[in-house]
Amino acid sequence: MARKLPRKDVVIVGLGWTGSILAYEMAKQGLDVVAVERGPWRDTATDFPPGYAQDELRYGVRLDLFLRPDQETLTVRNNMSQTAQPIRRFSGFLPGNGVGGAGVHWNGQTWRFLPNDFNLRTHLSERYGADKIPADMTIQDWPVTYDELEPYYDRFEKLAGISGKAGNLKGVKQAGGNPFEGWRSSEYPTPPLKQNYGSALFAEAAKKLGYSPFPRPSGNISEAYTNPLGIRMGQCTYCGFCERFGCGNYAKASAQTCVLPALMRLPNFTAQTDSEVTRINLDSTGKRATGVTYVDTSGEEWEQPADIVLVCAFSLFNVRLMLLSGIGKPYDPVSGKGVVGRNYAYQTTSGVSMILKDKILNSFIATGSGGMMIDEFNGDNFDHKDLGFFGGGYMGSGQTGARPITTRPVPKGTPRWGAEWKKATAETYSSGFGISTHGSSYSYRDCYLDLDPTFKDRFGRPLMRMTFDFKDNEIKMSQFLTDRLAEIARALDPVEMTASPRKGPWNSTIYQTTHNTGGTVMGSDPETSVVNRYCQSWDVPNVFVPGGASVFPQNHGYNPTGTVGALAYWTADAIKDRYLKNPGPLV
Amino acid sequence: MKQSLASAAVLLLSLMSVASAQDPQSFDRVEKGRYLSVLGDCAGCHTAQGGQPFAGGLALDTPFGKLVAPNITPDRDTGIGNMTDDEFVAALHDGRGRNGKRLYPAMPYPAYTRMSRDDILAMRSYFKTIQPVNNAVESNQLPFPFNIRLAMAFWNWLNFTPGRFQPNPQKSAEWNRGAYLVEGPAHCGTCHTPKTALGGDKTATPLAGATLQGWFAPNITANTHNGIGGWSKDDLVAYLKTGANQYTLASGPMSEAVTHSTSQMTDEDLAAIATYLKDSGVPSDGAKPTPVAASDKVMRVGEAVYKDSCAACHKDNGSGELHLFPKLAGSALVQSNDPTTLAHVVLNGARAASTAGAPTAPAMPSFDWRLKDDQVAAVLTYIRNTWGNAAAPVPASAVATKRTSQARFD
Repeated sequence: MARKLPRKDVVIVGLGWTGSILAYEMAKQGLDVVAVERGPWRDTATDFPPGYAQDELRYGVRLDLFLRPDQETLTVRNNMSQTAQPIRRFSGFLPGNGVGGAGVHWNGQTWRFLPNDFNLRTHLSERYGADKIPADMTIQDWPVTYDELEPYYDRFEKLAGISGKAGNLKGVKQAGGNPFEGWRSSEYPTPPLKQNYGSALFAEAAKKLGYSPFPRPSGNISEAYTNPLGIRMGQCTYCGFCERFGCGNYAKASAQTCVLPALMRLPNFTAQTDSEVTRINLDSTGKRATGVTYVDTSGEEWEQPADIVLVCAFSLFNVRLMLLSGIGKPYDPVSGKGVVGRNYAYQTTSGVSMILKDKILNSFIATGSGGMMIDEFNGDNFDHKDLGFFGGGYMGSGQTGARPITTRPVPKGTPRWGAEWKKATAETYSSGFGISTHGSSYSYRDCYLDLDPTFKDRFGRPLMRMTFDFKDNEIKMSQFLTDRLAEIARALDPVEMTASPRKGPWNSTIYQTTHNTGGTVMGSDPETSVVNRYCQSWDVPNVFVPGGASVFPQNHGYNPTGTVGALAYWTADAIKDRYLKNPGPLV
Repeated sequence: MKQSLASAAVLLLSLMSVASAQDPQSFDRVEKGRYLSVLGDCAGCHTAQGGQPFAGGLALDTPFGKLVAPNITPDRDTGIGNMTDDEFVAALHDGRGRNGKRLYPAMPYPAYTRMSRDDILAMRSYFKTIQPVNNAVESNQLPFPFNIRLAMAFWNWLNFTPGRFQPNPQKSAEWNRGAYLVEGPAHCGTCHTPKTALGGDKTATPLAGATLQGWFAPNITANTHNGIGGWSKDDLVAYLKTGANQYTLASGPMSEAVTHSTSQMTDEDLAAIATYLKDSGVPSDGAKPTPVAASDKVMRVGEAVYKDSCAACHKDNGSGELHLFPKLAGSALVQSNDPTTLAHVVLNGARAASTAGAPTAPAMPSFDWRLKDDQVAAVLTYIRNTWGNAAAPVPASAVATKRTSQARFD
């Protein structure tokens, strides 16, 4: 029997990017706020100091910062005819755990979606005809526009100190930036990072082919910066240990470096760590949440009553918590009815690896979000007529480090071990060069999340089941993108090169990305969305899912964090300016 | 007519404020006392971490043993609810508790004796308003013979000069306010003035730096080499107000002083303290010793350790990063005669104060698990003698002593 705690105004599930932003915004309103976080407290100097943050074996291989499957995992399958099996070692994607969440170990790549990503179905229908959209493709318009979100993108970028070069300031194109991006109300808060040699070579080759390369917007920042909360960030040292690692230099944007120092000063905020929320409690009508129940590490169960519940866990776990709590109708792929778990999507990535002639790239001088990119083939920036697919992605020299255990480029035909392998790895370490594409993943009727009928977690709750595969549209798109990338690679005159477009079936054991989206989709119609345009549950109006990637109706050709951060601020304003004045459905 | 009514009202108001100043229970009086308790950082010792305000319980490690700050809430059994005003004044002015019981000078009465009776009575008014907490504290946990309170009679005879602050008519009002604060309520010398073997102030060298609780409270005289002589008045004010300025960040015991006391002082009082510190005591020539040569073997080891373990934050040129990583080049603390704080910070790490003006509270990680004594000594010698810095080399034995003694302080 859960022990009941004193009531709070707001309980937040998860203390990562969205949880910390919402906690700060709510506590600043004078509300009494508690955030319940499954994992431990994490702090720069004690958890990832520069003295051992770059321990590739501990963090990169043994995944020290990540969620452990014995805490929570999910079952996966490629299609509805298969029996899903549990992931026993996370490898295809890597959910975070602990304060800061996935924002601790991300690469820092911080993009905005394109303006016409937000009205995707309408835009494609108008330009190409509604009949050209595959019947099973369940893409839909976002319930917000780019113009509405622009101020919130700006706010998140300023919070995080993002480094970059604007390509479009209030409609005026800017040399050196991304010419395809939506309008920006201001320049990036910090200038672009320095580029390593490989990226400089890529940019040169792309320019010769007529493209417009630009520096990737980065949450690893180029110079020290004080954010609007008064928190100071440091300068990136280009150590090349970002993804899978915490940053010891206060240089990578995260809850730790951008929000927590100010948040923890607020006396009306409490962080309850090492405590997993097991369900959102509803009253007898099922229309109102009364708070949450959580279990601490000693197995003790607690009930935390609250007036507002903010679901701020990682994307996948937002969906599972909504399913387990019975909020919103679960999605049924056969009838197409129901919403929770609907429109799960991923990301379609691919790469071209090369060995360059007479070049010493020193690729270990790197940062998670460095690199020069082109955006000619993203979204609907190019004509899709007769291409047989929709969507696209950015591409470029995305090398984020050359860590010694996992970075071992060798020429084709090299043995996998032994003296010859050692010799080859020493010779090609600094001339190996990988470039990549980062493509969209549209949503489909039979790609979804639901509760597994067989497997349960340590509390006896059903695991979540993921049914997902790459569809023809995505495979064609990846082939097209990879072909364009290979053309640029050829211009670098490599000794050898291998282009690897994404092929099906999706393999959950090979790391691709942790951009899992959808499942609690935001929309204008309760029949096809779980939350409304303010990320508020249609069914239980005092529950919000403030901007986790689970609200994306489909995934676009960019990394999600910029949009996640923007939606967090968008939701915070909706709660502050609308909900608190008149609690109830906002739409 | 209207005018005379208005002036009558003004007269009435001013009469009321005179009256309220004398009323020990008036808001102004209590608020004045509250502010004085901030100036005196009473909470720094009398409020235990996570404990009730002023209910005592914070243990102070002195070179003579452990003293625990008593409960000073108005609780009649375990606090000071039964104290008379005169007894309260005597405690602060003379170091005498109830019934003449002698206090230990961990209670900084040698500084508070400079405070005016009126200020102390205002503090008394404030302490009467706080929540009484029943919490019995055994203050005297010193070993024999230090646990004999009568010994303090002898100590006082040697080390204690009672008496109120006397303004210096040659100096400005601001300077005198600063002097009063530094010597009186803010009791800066309690930590920063070198001590005799018996723990008394070395009165010839006020504020020249002293070691306590495993830290070196640095020289805060106007010495330009290892004091604050190189800091502008604004630098000093920024440091006291936010815990951070263009050179460094407050950590260790000073972080507590900034959090509980200086960050809550008025800008005028901070300016007064800065004015006084920039113009206090014996002027120093700021002469530098000859630096250890860069070619010295220890310096070369130190440089290698620095590049490996320090340069990522403090940078190759020792410039650090504003408000994040203290600047080592030109740092007075780095060039202090006593490297205790440096060894402490490298071995244990340290966290900067978090204040409204500088909330980040960046932290230095601990290196005790990673660096051996001679490596710590070498890197300290290196930072003390590079980028124009000059200070005596740090022997490995000093680091070893620090490493074995720190268990006592943690």
